[in-house]
Amino acid sequence: MLEQLIPALRATVVLGVLTGLVFPLLMTALCQLLLPYEANGSLVRHKDGHIIGSTLIGQQFASPQYFHGRPSAAGSGYSGEASAGSNLGPTSARLIVGQQDNPTTAGVDESFAGVKQLADAYRKENLLSAQDRVPVDAVTRSGSGLDPHISPENAMLQARRVASARALPLREVAALVEQHTQGRQLGFLGEPRVNVLELNLALDEIKR
Amino acid sequence: MNDDLSLVPVPQRKKMPLFQPVIVRRALKDSLVKLNPLTMAKNPVMFVVEAGSVTITIVFLRDLISRTAAGTLLFEGQITLWLWFTVLFANFAEAIAEGRGKAQADTLRRNRRETTARRELGKDKYEVVAATALNKGDVVLVKAGEIIPSDGEVIEGVASVDESAITGESAPVIRESGGDRSAVTGGTTILSDWLRIRITVQPGETFMDRMISLVEGAQRQKTPNEIALNILLAGLTIIFLLAVATLLPFSIYSVRAAGAGQPPDLFSLISLLVCLIPTTIGALLSAIGIAGMDRVLQHNILAMSGKAIEAAGDVDTLLLDKTGTITLGNRQAVEFLPAPQVSERVLADAAQLSSFADETPEGRSIVTLAKRYGLRERQLSNIKAHFISFSAQTRMSGVNLNGKQIRKGASDQIYKFVRELGMPVPVEVEKEVTRIAQAGGTPLVVADNMRGLLGVIYLKDVVKGGMRERFQRLRAMGIRTVMITGDNPLTAAAIASEAGVDDFLAAATPETKMQLIRKEQSGGRLVAMTGDGTNDAPALAAADVGLAMNTGTQAAKEAGNMIDLDSNPTKLIEVVQIGKQLLMTRGALTTFSIANDVAKYFAILPAMFGTLYALPGTAHGPLWSLNIMALHSPHSAILAAVIFNALIIIALIPLALRGVSYRPMGAEALLQRNLAIYGLGGLLVPFPAIWLIDQIIVILRLAPLS
Amino acid sequence: MTIAGWLQIATYCLVLLILTRPTGLYITRVMETGGSPLEPALGPLERLIYRLAGVDADKEMRWTGYALALLAFSMISMLFTYALLRLQGFLPLNPMGFSTPSAPAWATAMTADLAFNTAASFTTNTNWQSYSGEGTMSYLSQMLALALHNWVSAAAGMGAAMALIRGFARHSADTVGNFFRDLVRCSLYILFPICFFYTLFLVWQGSIQNFAPYTVAITLEGAKQIIPQGPLASQEAIKMLGINGGGFLNANSAHPFENPTPLSNFIEMLSIFILPAGLTYTFGKLVKDTRQGWALLAAMFALFLAGVAVCYHFEAAGNPLMARQGVEISTAGLGDLGGNMEGKEVRFGLANSALFATITTCASCGAVNCMHDSLTPMGGLVPLINIQLGEIVFGGVGSGLYGMLVFAVLTVFIAGLMVGRTPEYVGKKIEQKDVKMAMLFVLAGSFSTLVLTALSSVLELPAGSPLNPPGATWHNVNNAAAHGFSEILYSFSSCTGNNGSAFAGLTSNTPFYNVTLGLATLIGRFIMMIPAIALAGSLVAKKYVPASSGTFPTHGWLFVVLLIAVILIVGALTFFPALTLGPVVEHFLMHCGRLF
Repeated sequence: MLEQLIPALRATVVLGVLTGLVFPLLMTALCQLLLPYEANGSLVRHKDGHIIGSTLIGQQFASPQYFHGRPSAAGSGYSGEASAGSNLGPTSARLIVGQQDNPTTAGVDESFAGVKQLADAYRKENLLSAQDRVPVDAVTRSGSGLDPHISPENAMLQARRVASARALPLREVAALVEQHTQGRQLGFLGEPRVNVLELNLALDEIKR
Repeated sequence: MNDDLSLVPVPQRKKMPLFQPVIVRRALKDSLVKLNPLTMAKNPVMFVVEAGSVTITIVFLRDLISRTAAGTLLFEGQITLWLWFTVLFANFAEAIAEGRGKAQADTLRRNRRETTARRELGKDKYEVVAATALNKGDVVLVKAGEIIPSDGEVIEGVASVDESAITGESAPVIRESGGDRSAVTGGTTILSDWLRIRITVQPGETFMDRMISLVEGAQRQKTPNEIALNILLAGLTIIFLLAVATLLPFSIYSVRAAGAGQPPDLFSLISLLVCLIPTTIGALLSAIGIAGMDRVLQHNILAMSGKAIEAAGDVDTLLLDKTGTITLGNRQAVEFLPAPQVSERVLADAAQLSSFADETPEGRSIVTLAKRYGLRERQLSNIKAHFISFSAQTRMSGVNLNGKQIRKGASDQIYKFVRELGMPVPVEVEKEVTRIAQAGGTPLVVADNMRGLLGVIYLKDVVKGGMRERFQRLRAMGIRTVMITGDNPLTAAAIASEAGVDDFLAAATPETKMQLIRKEQSGGRLVAMTGDGTNDAPALAAADVGLAMNTGTQAAKEAGNMIDLDSNPTKLIEVVQIGKQLLMTRGALTTFSIANDVAKYFAILPAMFGTLYALPGTAHGPLWSLNIMALHSPHSAILAAVIFNALIIIALIPLALRGVSYRPMGAEALLQRNLAIYGLGGLLVPFPAIWLIDQIIVILRLAPLS
Repeated sequence: MTIAGWLQIATYCLVLLILTRPTGLYITRVMETGGSPLEPALGPLERLIYRLAGVDADKEMRWTGYALALLAFSMISMLFTYALLRLQGFLPLNPMGFSTPSAPAWATAMTADLAFNTAASFTTNTNWQSYSGEGTMSYLSQMLALALHNWVSAAAGMGAAMALIRGFARHSADTVGNFFRDLVRCSLYILFPICFFYTLFLVWQGSIQNFAPYTVAITLEGAKQIIPQGPLASQEAIKMLGINGGGFLNANSAHPFENPTPLSNFIEMLSIFILPAGLTYTFGKLVKDTRQGWALLAAMFALFLAGVAVCYHFEAAGNPLMARQGVEISTAGLGDLGGNMEGKEVRFGLANSALFATITTCASCGAVNCMHDSLTPMGGLVPLINIQLGEIVFGGVGSGLYGMLVFAVLTVFIAGLMVGRTPEYVGKKIEQKDVKMAMLFVLAGSFSTLVLTALSSVLELPAGSPLNPPGATWHNVNNAAAHGFSEILYSFSSCTGNNGSAFAGLTSNTPFYNVTLGLATLIGRFIMMIPAIALAGSLVAKKYVPASSGTFPTHGWLFVVLLIAVILIVGALTFFPALTLGPVVEHFLMHCGRLF
């Protein structure tokens, strides 16, 4: 048995060092040298120097003058340390009609916004009628909880609210949305989409 | 079976109907005897069914006594009954397959028991003993009308013997002391004259004893493929056991989650299990094997093991002796080729005269051919002739007639004969001789002392009718035929091409034959061959399938793994066919059995889970929509599936016994055909069948309507 | 479904097909015939590794020796990982202080059962994760304890497949190769060069590769957001190429850092299938009849495309319960951003999510770019069935091919009898021992999945039990009723199948689930791999039987159809009852408008 175990142990250590240490260190060095911006998380800095976030990572937006991302199941919403989806199945009552806070358990908030609540809220804040249908990406939580994008339809529906909150002409906001609508990569890969953080940054640029 | 397309017409003489009343009666009894769990344990699939049957019988009896489940008693009782039927049907299939052999063995044994022998005590002193009391070395006297009591060797006398008890061939054969025809077999009958016979076997080891035990299947061992298939079936059984056993906890979870429905009861679960495990093939597997042995026997071939039959199906190379197998066995005169200035009639006349005393088939064929030239058969006694018979030294034969010396024989000897007489050998004759030899024929040169060289008789090996077509079919099946002959390569090549074999071995000796077998086998090919001589024995033993002729020597018979009682070497082709049929039948029924499961799922699962997640006030939950056959009720659905599962065994017994029809064709075409019938058929047939059974159940009010 | 969606799927298939032959040829060169162009450059390193490990790589092993070496190596490397994980608090490269008193409040503790589960799961190429990467693992643990296995478990799987291929390709022999040679050569000549460029590509697309502590950002609205960092790209590359699937971060390939763009998504999907696809060609090449390899690939492709079509169809049809809330789900209006977007990323949409879900479960990858738990019932049925069929449709590196070959052996055995011969496959007779090993392989998978699921769906434990704090083991589900059952069934299917993806709602970081799921991964790996190697041992000794017109041809469409039928029937018959109580009933319930 020992004649089997000793080479196994030695091979584990040798291969461990090569694949687990040498390779990642080598790649880190190379990437830091060649692609430092990407390798460090595509971070966006405020003009005062503090980090606003990453263009790849969605963040929570609640105020009317910003475009809103999708609902998020990551922590309390777009928590970077807790990426996650809702993991709710299609027949889940929580998913569809939500859940109310249980008043008997003080200190724990069980409330959960279902598709119903999210759709109602979306209609309300965007001044839509009860008959207007809400794009599905606006009421569903992404897989990572950090989805930086929304659909162009979703963005357009929010444009009116953003424009009025910022007292900007709708046309200008809509043009900005169009400008920030990314097409398919290489012309055919992925879906047309709008990066919310980049769009909101661009909005803030206009304000000045 | 379609005889037009089969390789060899199936001889009808021993064909028995599948279900003879005697056999059926006995099989019915045996099916009960076989319920013994120790017997059943050999068949894992059916053992599980029996265990399931016992379990639910106990539960049923409990319910019957306690009257707790009055509403479902009818259902429980029927399920119990049909599960037992499933087991019994399987036993019946095996029993009926064995029954045919057993009936045959009984007849043989009865004859044997009643036979007595006249054992020699000293000179002209005899005692009468039972045949079974004879020992090796005893000498017996058998007279006309008596049965030869045991296997032995003729030491005195000549007699005609009816060997039909063994061979089925009613024409009597001559048995005499010395030479090739001295072996006699116990159980055969002397028709005329008498024989003194020395017994050569110990009691219980006679040919007839071996035949009885083979026929009965007492020595039957599972063949390699059968064992492998059994492993597959046992594996599938375990998988389904897991699937069904875990279904209970799964449904407990679901019922709790749904707040509706009930976990399935034991009757439904065991019904599902029995329906899913491959009972069809499990029930018929051993019957198929026994029937395969039986079919071989009906062709008058004794196979020493089922393994040999299975191997026959795998054969890649057939070694066939030229003489007697591919050709008629004797060369025949087909043409007279006169020398220049000699008329055909003169040559024919001389040839005929020289052959009168020649009793060999060649000699007779010369006489017959000469008749075409208007030469009538002359009475031998009318001619004062002195016949000179063929000898190895002179290699000529002929006749001396009124000073005329007519000779026929091998060309070089006759040339010598003619030259010694001072007469020339015409170039034309020499050319003809060469031409005939090159064409694979045998030139026989005729001359006399007056006119010199008269011409050449063309003796030809005549290929049996239909051989070319047979070899073509074998080729389609992927089997190569190699002709074995002692002829020179030139002759061999000519006959090989005429017969259409794939290859030939010329100037064959026992050693070269062995070499050929080894070469084929080392290339991964399985070899089958026939043989009868003692010098064939090593090759017969080395071949994967060795078919020995019954007329052959004891050594040959012991070396082969099959004996053809009719001594017909072409039967090898039939053996291959039976071997293939055996494997195909197993494969077809396995596929059928597994494909059946799909329909059974659609019958039983909705029945089990039909009420799951049902809303209050509704009878059925969402899963009832899986009931695509629109079966009436959960009970009728489960019953219908179980009944179908049992009846299909009975329905397929004839197929198992007869084997699936076999047509010689390429593997791909064969597979397509069998898949369409047994695969697709197995998938589709149960749907209407289960639907129909469900209708009948409801009409007979054997289950509630909903 | 949309044309644009199908166009992406078609492009994927086309590129995969084009790459199959060159990949297969390259694998053949590296693993068997020699002549990799990298040999001059990496040869000295290869020999150095053998010397340091103290192995004689030229010594051929019998199947028993091969299996023992593989088992010993797996056991030792599993212990190595277990030890590293348990000790991570004392080891360097732990900027977030996991498993130390200074760990952040949201960190997960590295308990013994979690370490066992993780070590078993990574050793077996499963990469089931009962933890979230960004909240549990130090950088050293990620690199050395986990990524090591991403490399070597793939290479070991490739080795086992090569052993089986040699079983078919060699005849009248007794050895099936050298385990260490296969392990090292696969890692060095195949995995390393690809991962080198792959890592650079991923970083170019936006993946991270650094050793910095997590970044704290102040968002536009002034909130604090933690952005995780780490040596992610180098691990992502081997995670995909080695068909491991264990994400650096919890959201796996749905996370923008693991899978930043549609292009990175395309390459990640390609890198899952590329080696198993190539191996089919290697198989054909080595048995000297490439048609045999193409036939296997054809069967794989058919099953794969059927899966994609079903999954995509049902995801695009969406959830009618959402539509009832006034939500637009029609793909006619929204394209591939309609349908069921719960758990999906906007940059991927429906087509790429359905495609990824099918690929990751056809293969034993388990990386996810959308949350499988939130798929529609029928959409979720596809990954579940893919796993339950044994992940033989492309499958893991090596494990897919040897699994497919086991099914080919079974197919040939069942169908081959119907042509009236002892069944043969690529010149080898299939006999008792071979059938026994094939059945053992199939049985092990069914046993582990069914029995452990059964146990977990009924086991009653008191609430707060140390074994399982939620109490009864069926309380750990995140969804009620049928979907909850699917979560349990999926977890044991996934671990037994060495997949690692999850219906992730299940709370699996409890001693009960960590141990049972860990056991399932070990059964699914070794009780299935050893019979495959034993099969190699049995085959390699056999003579080569030349094919004739009486042999069932295993390179034609008929064989492909049969192989698919046997896979589906064996798989479906085994798991159909269980699936009925999970996704099937949920599908009907969803259309009845029932909520739980």
